[in-house]
Amino acid sequence: MSKEEKKDMVNLTINNIPVSVPKGTKILQAAAKIGINIPHLCFHPDQRIKAHCRICSVEVTGKRRLLAACSTEVWEGMEVHTDTPIVRDTQIGILQLMLADHDRDCLTCPRNHNCDLQELCSRFNIQVPDFPSVVEHHDPISTNPSIVRNPDKCIKCGRCIRQCKDVQGIEALTYASRSADIRVTTAFDKPMEKTDCVLCGQCTLVCPTGALVEKDDTDRVLDALQDPSKHTIVQIAPSVRVTLGDAFSYKPGEIVTGQMVTALKLLGFDKVFDTNFGADLTIMEEGHELLDRIQNGGTLPMITSCSPGWVNFMEKHFPRCIDHLSSAKSPMSMFGAVAKTYYAEHEKLDPKDIFTVAIMPCTAKKFEAARPEMGRDGYQDVDAVLTTREIIKLIKYVGISFDKLNETEFDSPLGTGSGAGAIFGATGGVMEAALRTVYDKLTGGETMDKLEFHDVRGFDGIKSADVELPGRTVHVAVAHTLKNARKIMEEVQNGTSPYDLIEIMACPGGCIGGGGQPVSTTNAVRQERMKALYELDRKLPIRKSHENPDIQTLYKEYLGEPLSKKAHELLHTTYHKVKKPFDYDK
Amino acid sequence: MGTELHFISANFGKYDTSSIGSYMSIGGFEALRKAVTMDGEDIAKIVAAAKIKGRGGAGYDMGRKWTQARAVKGEHKVVICNADEGEPCTFKDRELIKQDPFNLIEALIIAGWVVGATDAYIYMRAEYACLRQLLLNAIRQAKSYGFLGKNILGKGFDFDIHLYSGAGAYVCGEGTALIRSIEGKAGRPRMKPPFIKVSGLFARPTCVNNVESLSIVPHLLLDQEGVYMHAGTPDSIGTKMVSVAGNVRNPGVFEIPFGTTVRDIVYNLAGGVPEDRQIRLIQFGGASGYIADASILDVPYTYDDLEKAGVNVGTGALLVIDERTSVLDFLTITQDFFSDESCGQCTPCREGNRHMRMLIEKLRRGEADTSDIEKMKKITRIMPMSSLCGLGEGAQHAMIAAMRVFPEVFDVGGAANE
Repeated sequence: MSKEEKKDMVNLTINNIPVSVPKGTKILQAAAKIGINIPHLCFHPDQRIKAHCRICSVEVTGKRRLLAACSTEVWEGMEVHTDTPIVRDTQIGILQLMLADHDRDCLTCPRNHNCDLQELCSRFNIQVPDFPSVVEHHDPISTNPSIVRNPDKCIKCGRCIRQCKDVQGIEALTYASRSADIRVTTAFDKPMEKTDCVLCGQCTLVCPTGALVEKDDTDRVLDALQDPSKHTIVQIAPSVRVTLGDAFSYKPGEIVTGQMVTALKLLGFDKVFDTNFGADLTIMEEGHELLDRIQNGGTLPMITSCSPGWVNFMEKHFPRCIDHLSSAKSPMSMFGAVAKTYYAEHEKLDPKDIFTVAIMPCTAKKFEAARPEMGRDGYQDVDAVLTTREIIKLIKYVGISFDKLNETEFDSPLGTGSGAGAIFGATGGVMEAALRTVYDKLTGGETMDKLEFHDVRGFDGIKSADVELPGRTVHVAVAHTLKNARKIMEEVQNGTSPYDLIEIMACPGGCIGGGGQPVSTTNAVRQERMKALYELDRKLPIRKSHENPDIQTLYKEYLGEPLSKKAHELLHTTYHKVKKPFDYDK
Repeated sequence: MGTELHFISANFGKYDTSSIGSYMSIGGFEALRKAVTMDGEDIAKIVAAAKIKGRGGAGYDMGRKWTQARAVKGEHKVVICNADEGEPCTFKDRELIKQDPFNLIEALIIAGWVVGATDAYIYMRAEYACLRQLLLNAIRQAKSYGFLGKNILGKGFDFDIHLYSGAGAYVCGEGTALIRSIEGKAGRPRMKPPFIKVSGLFARPTCVNNVESLSIVPHLLLDQEGVYMHAGTPDSIGTKMVSVAGNVRNPGVFEIPFGTTVRDIVYNLAGGVPEDRQIRLIQFGGASGYIADASILDVPYTYDDLEKAGVNVGTGALLVIDERTSVLDFLTITQDFFSDESCGQCTPCREGNRHMRMLIEKLRRGEADTSDIEKMKKITRIMPMSSLCGLGEGAQHAMIAAMRVFPEVFDVGGAANE
């Protein structure tokens, strides 16, 4: 270690064990370095420190009061004790106080066995509640297709508020009132969908308990699976294959495509298809739409429309700009439309007998699937959307030992996806996929040497690049999180946006960090997942959407050309100007 | 004995509080004129030598605070005058503003000079709306006389004062909550760091002082004969504004030299208890203060002596409760106050106050058993130890003292020996 580096290190002891950490480190992280996990609840590694729950209170020699380990920076010579009588008394006391204001019906909670509070109770061996329950019973608030709030489970840690405000810039959730009456709620206690909320579900991803969860659709799916009159089809979003393993002791970012397909077959799905196919189809339509807009003076910049949280955001927060949205449906909805038309005809099935399930990283997808424009003749193209978290529950329900499964291939004909489809799951992926196809189309079949666009990869909030295409430089930008989307959109709204094509994903990192992913999702985990998707792409024989043979067949046999009448009818959609703030359903 | 020493309150009744000319005719702004000829560090040293402890209740060394505030680098430093005075039974700042507004304005300008600030904010509690016009008028006149604005007294010193009131939450007297309230956010405390002195109001380096602390400074700077330095005791120098209320004949604000006995304050200044009833208890320093029984009467009112007797100076409030009120009745009212005023963010304060209220109620009904007393004790341990801010830290002080001074109240019978 150089002298300079040494100067920036701080020496302290934790439980008499010497530890040296960089200046600025908090006690919590310093303790983790020597293998001590100080209990914490409101702390989240990707959020600003709140220091609200106080369960991380530890003793520091010479200090009259305990200090919060999450918010206290270490200092030279500091002596920390994490396990003294007063620390134990305080931490358990705080936990007991919290429990008195928490609905303790863990057995029937959606977060049973997956709850930070439950884990702490187990860790502290809480056997008898100390304080009488003060929970005032409220029914769960389940007024939209995506998110359910259960105020009785809320421990007021504020993680959801921070995620909504700091990451998404929405501030749909906030504290109201004070003292024992304090609660996390929406403006004027309106249902979430009637506020600025876009149902992205990031709040459900960071909630330590069952206070904010996805709307559970597993029963509907099981009903369909066990109904012999239904032909059940499942499609799986690109990102889920690198996130599902989290729940089954795989390393973050581990690719479990084959095991996942096997598990879904064991669950009883008649066909297991791939949303990557839908992604390739989206690129075909969206890519041609871009070319059309560029060549025929259409509205630019064109902005991608596959992230439903983002589409909701656009409709609610920038309604005047909806013409900038690509009219192409998302991969999920394109897949659904094709499944109930082309596939139904191909297999000689009545679309009404087909039940399509989409496994998505996303709570907003549930809302998208329920949009009236996403169906025809009285049926919806996607009958049920399950988040990654819900499919994990179903896999566990059936009793599958996921890690012992053999790998199985997707079914045909909607089970083939290119590398371009695979990277849809990461921020920048849709852009890169689109560029691969647009380039080839502009050169009239001449294949581009360059396949990888590293300028649009990575975790930066807003990335931009100038891409030299034959005859024209295309200015592109990629943004993830709605806070960054707002920055981009303010330019678009002012007419000062320098871009031709913009990709926006509502969630941090894109779908790999989506609001329906396992609650273990953190930014560090997102990075691993991102790497895995690019690795998948690199390994695939076909890396461009338009080279996907099943896509080519679909156009040849059924759709004709991209942007054809048929394609428009099935694969494109329209958007709504939603008046802010509280009349979302008008 | 029992005489007041009018040092901080020297100007009370001496001038027309609506007129800067009247203020100047009794020597107003002389302290400022002197201050701007001095180095700020020297002024901070004078304050430090007087051992002035923050008079809002926390008792932080004011000279040290000013020296630290000077040392922080930053372009637009802010001075805040904490006039929230939310502690129940505390009303000495109200008198200081009402009877001597120009002295506070002068003090704030001196504070700005010392720490190198460009702006001051007076955060005055919402209930003092009647004093708004008085202060606004004082600020306006000071501006028109060139004591505020650009290039004050030709010293190239630019400084302005803004008046702000919140919506009346007790917790907004806490520094970070106060700042959030001025910023237009919900008045709830935040964790530290960042410390206010580094990143306070609008993320600027900020120095927060209480009305009384500030009000001492102009008098101190002009105190040629050392009246202040000779008053009080070696460790508790000078005088203190105390507000006495409750069951006394003559409630009010008095300025006493430190070292005056509690008996002198209660009986001679405040006139003693009506109908010569016995004193049940006295609470010192507001609702977040400790309590004592009548045995404290002969203790001299100094920082050290009060602390040895189990109470604190705090804000300078003395709430006298006579024998008609039971200890439990008193604790109920105090607890109700905190159960209402907790901001609710941190678990120990939100839940501790809630359960303590329920437990006191149970004890009053005669239904509490030893396990309930244990729970009460647990809450009194957890809350001061681990709450996010001073509210949760102080909310159980009365209870802690009551358990020590009046153990019989918490003796729920033979079961205690099990």
